[in-house]
Order: sequence, then C-alpha cells, then structure tokens
Amino acid sequence: MQLTVWTYEGPPHVGAMRIATAMTGLHYVLHAPQGDTYADLLFTMIERRGARPPVTYTTFRARDLGTDTAELFKTAVIDAHARFQPQAMIVGASCTAELIQDDPAGMALAIGLPIPVIPLELPSYQKKENWGAAETFRQLVRSLTKVVERTPMESRRPSCNILGPTALGFRHRDDVVEITRLLERIGVDINVTAPLGATPADIVRMGAADFNVVLYPEIAGEAALQLQKMCGQPSVKTVPIGYGATLDFIHEVCALTGLDPAPVLEGVPSRMPWWSRSVDSTYLTGKRVFVFGDATHVIAAARVASEELGFEVVGMGCYNREFAREVRAAAASLGLTALITDDYLEVEDAIAALQPELVLGSQMERHIAKRLRIPCAVISAPFHVQDHPARYSPQMGFEGANVLFDTWVHPLVMGLEEHLLHMFRDDFEFSDEAGASHLGGHGAGSARPDQSSESVASTEIALVSSEIVWAADAEAELKKIPFFVRGKARKNTERFAAEHGMATIGVETLYDAKSHYSR
Amino acid sequence: MSASAGLLEPSASVGGCADAPVLRERGQREVFCGLTGIVWLHRKMQDAFFLVVGSRTCAHLIQSAAGVMIFAEPRFATAIMEEKDLAGLTDTNDELDRVVDRLLARRPDIKLLFLVGSCPSEVIKLDLSRAAGRLSEKHSPNVRVLNYSGSGIETTFTQGEDACLAALVPQMAAAPANAEQTLLIVGALPDVVEDQFRRLFAAMGIQRVEALPARRISDLPSVGPNTRFLLAQPFLGDTARALEDRGAVRLDALFPFGAEGTTDWLHAAAVAFGVDEMTFRTVVAPGRERATRALEKVRARLEGKSIFFFPDSQLEVPLARFLSRELGMIPLEVGTPYLHRTHLAKELPLLPSSTRLSEGQDVDRQLDRCRDARPDLSVCGLGLANPLEMEGLTTKWSIELVFSPVHGFDQAADLAELFARPMNRRDRLSDAIVPARPSRREVVACN
Repeated sequence: MQLTVWTYEGPPHVGAMRIATAMTGLHYVLHAPQGDTYADLLFTMIERRGARPPVTYTTFRARDLGTDTAELFKTAVIDAHARFQPQAMIVGASCTAELIQDDPAGMALAIGLPIPVIPLELPSYQKKENWGAAETFRQLVRSLTKVVERTPMESRRPSCNILGPTALGFRHRDDVVEITRLLERIGVDINVTAPLGATPADIVRMGAADFNVVLYPEIAGEAALQLQKMCGQPSVKTVPIGYGATLDFIHEVCALTGLDPAPVLEGVPSRMPWWSRSVDSTYLTGKRVFVFGDATHVIAAARVASEELGFEVVGMGCYNREFAREVRAAAASLGLTALITDDYLEVEDAIAALQPELVLGSQMERHIAKRLRIPCAVISAPFHVQDHPARYSPQMGFEGANVLFDTWVHPLVMGLEEHLLHMFRDDFEFSDEAGASHLGGHGAGSARPDQSSESVASTEIALVSSEIVWAADAEAELKKIPFFVRGKARKNTERFAAEHGMATIGVETLYDAKSHYSR
Repeated sequence: MSASAGLLEPSASVGGCADAPVLRERGQREVFCGLTGIVWLHRKMQDAFFLVVGSRTCAHLIQSAAGVMIFAEPRFATAIMEEKDLAGLTDTNDELDRVVDRLLARRPDIKLLFLVGSCPSEVIKLDLSRAAGRLSEKHSPNVRVLNYSGSGIETTFTQGEDACLAALVPQMAAAPANAEQTLLIVGALPDVVEDQFRRLFAAMGIQRVEALPARRISDLPSVGPNTRFLLAQPFLGDTARALEDRGAVRLDALFPFGAEGTTDWLHAAAVAFGVDEMTFRTVVAPGRERATRALEKVRARLEGKSIFFFPDSQLEVPLARFLSRELGMIPLEVGTPYLHRTHLAKELPLLPSSTRLSEGQDVDRQLDRCRDARPDLSVCGLGLANPLEMEGLTTKWSIELVFSPVHGFDQAADLAELFARPMNRRDRLSDAIVPARPSRREVVACN
C-alpha cells in the first residue's frame, strides 16, 4: 500500500478516456462502479469542453454484483452503439471491475456489433494514466491502421502524421497548430493528426504517411513503434520545445525528407533569442531553477533554462518512471542527479532544501512554490483550469519559445517589483501591510507563512529555529533580504551557526554566513 | 402549532406529490460516490483524519473534488492498494497497520481516524471494521479508529456523510433514562449556521443543544431515550435509524431551507421542548422577517421560471419545495438518487402535483427529457453543466449547494441567489456571443 494525498497521474482508464475524448466517432464503454463518472468533469471543467466525453459507464452497484454485472455491461454496449452510432468502440474495465472479472473483451465481441470493437487491458493496480493513454493509442493503431503502398517521396510533397496530442494535454491544442504550420512551411503535408481531432477512419489511413512526428513520447511513443513495425514509417523524435530544439526538429525533418531548411529559418522566426540577449535579461544570469514535471517537458525545459535563458538548473526530475532513463541522462549532462518520484512530499523536500529562485513544474509544484514563497511557472501536466487558456499559447515551435520566455520570466520580474516594494516598505507610502502581489495573498503584507500548513519543510525550519535563537536585530536584518532568497539565507545562516556551535544568531553571524557560503 | 401551520397552507393541488408515482430508472448514473463527503466532513471534524483504503482512482477522485484544498496538508489521504496487496503477496492487514502507524506518527494531533472503505476494498472483502477494532486497541487511548464505507457501489455522494455519522453513533456515550431532555442537531453544518441555530434555541430556552458531528471527538454528545433529534439534512437515513435504535426520537419537520422550512424545523423543537407559542414567535420573528424580505428581492427574477433537477445529493426535494413555494419557480422534474419517504413526509405534499419525481437515473434518457422540457434552469453535476450550456440550457452546478452555507433564515437569500445568478448572467451576456449548438467535431476543434 502506498500512502498518498496527491497523485500526479490518474488511473490508466483516465488515459484511455483522454484518447477517446480527443477523437470523434469513437466511443468508450467502461465497466465501472457508480461514482467513476467523476472523471467526466476533468474534461468538462478543466478543458471547458462543451460536450460530454464519449464514455458510457456501466455504473454497477453492490446489489448488481454477481452475474448481473455482465448483463449490465452488454446492455450498456448495445445501448451506446444504438444511441451514439460510433465508427468504432473501445471497451474495458476500471480498477473495481478488474477485480470482478467480467471479461469485457469477450462479452463485447460476443455481441457482434457491425463496427470494430477494441478491448483494452489496462492493469489499474500497476500502471497509470500516461501508460493507459499510450496503450490505448497503440491498440487503436494496431487494430485499425491499414498498410498501404506509398509512391516514392521524391516525386511529390512528403507527408507525415502528427502523433500524441490528446484531451487534457498540457497546451496540446496550440502545439498542434504551431507544429502543423511549421511542417507545412517546411513543405511537409499532414496526413493525420491523432488522437486529437481524428476519427477511427483517420486512424485507418495513417499508413499512407511517409513518417511520424512524435510530439509527446509519453503518449505516442508506443504507437510510433507499432507504425514503424507495421508500415515502416520512421519517427522524428526531437520534441520541438524551445528555440534550439525547434531548430533541431527542423533539421531532423529536412534530413528525413531531403527538403531545404533555409526558407523556414529566414527572417526572425522567434523573438526569444533577442529578448534573452537584451540587457534587461542580464539579471537572469545564473538564476537557480528547479524543474519537475513529465519527462518530456522537463528535459526540454532544462535545456531552455540552461542554454537559452542562462539559468542554472539546480535540480530536475519527473514523476513518470517509464521515462526515468531519459531524465537521468539529461540531468547527468548538467551534473545533477535526477529526482524520480511520484511522491509530492519528496519533491517538496527537494525544493525546500535547494531553495531555488524559480520553480518550473506542474500545478503541484506551483502550490509547493507558493507555500515556500518561490516564484513559479507551470510547464507540465497535471495542470488546473487556468493553464488551459483561451489565448493562443503553445509551448512548441517558435511561438512556443516566445511564450516560454514570457511565462518563465514574468514571475521573476514581478519578484523584482516585490523586492522594490520591500526595500521601500518603511517609506510612509508603503505600509508593511500593503504590498500587492501576483502570488495571490502571498504578497508583502499578507505574506505571513501559512499558519495552518504543517508542511514537512516548515516543521523542519521551525525545529532548527527552536534550537538556535535569532537575535532581534538579526531577524530584522534578515527581513531586508529579498523574500525570494530569504529562505536560503535563513537556512544557510542557521547551518553556519550550528556548525560553529553558536546558540544565538546576530547580525554579524548573518554576514559571516553570507561570506562563508559565497566562496 | 398554529403559528407554523399558518405557513403550511395546503398548496393549490391537494396532497402535492405525497402519493405521486415515482419514475425509477436503471442505467448510467452520473453521480459522485460517498468518498466525496470527506471533502466537507474533514473541515467540520477538526481532529479527525480520513484514510481511504482504495485504488489510484479513489485518490484521483478526491483530489479532483477537493480542488486546491488538497495542498493545505488536509486531513485525508488514500492508502492505494497495489498489485502485491491483491495478489496476497503481502498481508493487507500488516500493510494497513504500517500505513496507519506512519500516518499517526506524522500527525500526532489526530484523535479520530476513519478507515473509509471504497469499491475495491469492498469487492475484495477487506474487513476494515476488524482492522479498525485492532488499530483502535493498538493506538488507544490517543486515537480512536472507526470505519465506514464511502464506496460507489454502496453510497451516492452525500450518503458518505450518512455512513460516517452512523459509524459515530455507537461511540456516543449512553445517556441515562432519567437524563434531562436534550436536542441533537444531526448533519454537518457550517459553523456559522450551527451557531445561528444554537442562538435561536437558546433564546427559546432550550439549553441542552448538541450537534452530530461534534467539532472535536471529545465533544461527542451522549444519546438516550431523552434525546430528541432534528435532521438538518435529508440524506441521513442510516444515522437516524442508528440514533433511533439507541432510543432517540426524531422530530418530524421540513428541512431548514428558506423562511418556511427553517420556521417549521425550529418549531418542531419548540413543540417537543414545550416552548410556548408566544416565545417561539418572538424568537423566530426577526430572522423570518429578514429572510422573507431578502427573498422578496430575488423572487422577481425566479418567479414563473421552470427548473429541472438531476439527481445528486438528496437535497433536491426540499430545495424544489423552497424554490416553488417561496420563490414561485415551477419544478418540472425533481430527480434524487434516493427518495426517503419517511424523512420527506412533510416535504412531498408541498411540491406541486405537476412535478415529476424520479429516483435513480439513466442519464442519457434523463438528458433527453431535459432537452424536451427546455427548463429555464437545470441543476446538475459538473460533468453535465457545460455540455448543457453549450446546448443553450442554463445550468446551476449542484455541488455548490452542498459546500455553501444554505440552511437557516440568514442564508435563505444566499441560497436563492445561487439559483438566480446563472439566469442573471445569461441575461447580462450579449446574445451576440451565445454559442450556436455545434456538432461534435466542432466541439473537439474548439478545445
């Protein structure tokens, strides 16, 4: 048993729902108890979808247990087919139905519907959401895609499939738009984009493309391997997040197709390189940043942070173990050890210990950073409703690079503003209680550390503080240090005091520690 | 009696929905399971911790329902069962003990631990009541460990609170038969509302008033033949039965929504405790007056508007009664996950006889009925709300009715406002931006 409060990923059937909801003409019949329909609201609320997910649940109850649940399942399949008239259907069990062993696959096939019915085996007690999405997409390709003869690429415009965007994907909607435009400008036609916006009929004709673009390896990696095996299609594996990665992506596509990259690279395809070189960005140099999320976004973000913004990546990791190897390699190249965990308390401990100046992470890290009063930007799922924005905001391609610059630098600029407010807070115009902030209630005035929170980190800090006493003048001096480095200064000073056997921290201790750690 | 009877004039249609046929359907139910109750119960019971024994789905559900609350180190968590727990590779009870030990070491402030059963734990027949007994012994006297089921196969949404409170009843001390008569308010109410009710009872001279759940386990009231209890919520069937088994007597009343419901609810206690009518009237008059006046303002916007309830919390019948009688709305269909006729005995006759009552759900058929009826307002869960809005139907998402303070005189207008606001918004937004009903393909594209 694993003790959990927060989970980065849902169960695998939610991954299957993400595929079904991304597509049209596909219906999912899920053998599940009453209550599992909660997952619908992830799509209707976080993504604000104006239609119910194409999922029928059997919603069995205690009194149905026994042979009755099998009957319920058959009725649900027949009714769903009659009502929604899908081109194809996927069927499977959620965690509880997995335990009652009704065999959805056998039952669905026995009904003999006139459409393809694809059974899914999603082991709920071993696997998670991303795996469920990847497996569902792979099964769709394996069952539906037809192998077709292709004419040689030289005689025509090459074409590709874009693989991986789903419902509930972090910025998938706009990434697809950005990469579609980019590929068309390079001179590549898009055969099928899937799962997002595709129909089962589209999946059938995926074999006609020359190659595949894998936008999100977590979701499309397995399907791309399947297509390579069945249809001999190679994959473009560079994930075009960041300016450098977008250039690499263009070169990889051009190498594969024999097209000339020069026209696409002409002019000023992205403002990001100049923005980052302008003198206003100098203060970004060496900013200590912690990166956490899904593997793909973390690897990309670490590269952008270190090579394109001049930050220092001080910690990185991911929650999806399937891609631990890739993240470990990327971390090693920056001289770091990757943190591979799906326990948010471990992530919180790591952030508290490192006291970075910026956190790039998921919704979860946003809240950890808020608690620790560190600026933060969201780079990965899981995300909340505000990170499915109305405006165009891709992460990928040249416009994506612009978006990354603005999004990541914004909390830091605001941090500087807040610093200025602090510096002048003894001015008659700036009362200590005033302080406006972007951090929602965590600004200068209202920025009391959350009294009710009993986080591991704050408990630890409290423990250290109870052993070593801060003199009033030192405490006052500490408050003059900008809030976003204050936590680190406090920790360092206490460690310094402890190492030197001091019981009281004075102003001198503060500066001794500063000088000690700056070496 | 006559004071409140004045409010309960028979509706135009004699008998209302008391004997109306109920549409019972079986099919897909778009409802939460009882685990969701944890989200508000843990706010009320300040030294309790709720440990769900379940799957990753259970943990995912609670975090989806709890929204941002999950980050404030809340007093709930999930022990996620893994392959090795199911395959018998580890002793599930040993695993559970290990998890509980770790949890209690981390949270020494916890005095009451609920082991909450889920669908997976019920299906594999993990005996959580025995585990609770064992762990209670082990961690006594610091921590009491109890058990109830919040599984979807057994409970719907608010029934999780019922199961939780019913588990608390055996823990209540026995009040002797000759004890002074006490009044027990049953159902987790926001503190502000509970305090309002306590003030009103005190003003009537009813001194011994207690609440289930209590804010702390040490304040858990006693129960006996001289306990009179008022249900503050309509979803507490098992809790009421457990209290009755211990000799307590339920006071039959309307549920305290709106001026009428609140008056009747308070009056039931006044009668049981021998409060004279003059005192009762004097005490309730200011609150009732305030409620009536505040409701009058909202009435203009709701009068004559039709409303359709999808099943969710069992609050539907009393709310439809309030909206129909005090605000002039027309309930078309009132769906409830479970219709408890005894507890709704005073409510049902007050619904217009034209109302269709439905119990249970086949969501696709119910949606068809809703589309045909084109109500002015549909009360439904968040899984249905945006899709119905996209079809041009105005909705009120129902969970808010469970989380917000809505009982009593001083919340009556807030409650009405929850229903008026979506219609107000619809009227304010320019017609030019009303989305046309799109095809499914367009919906996908716009996402």
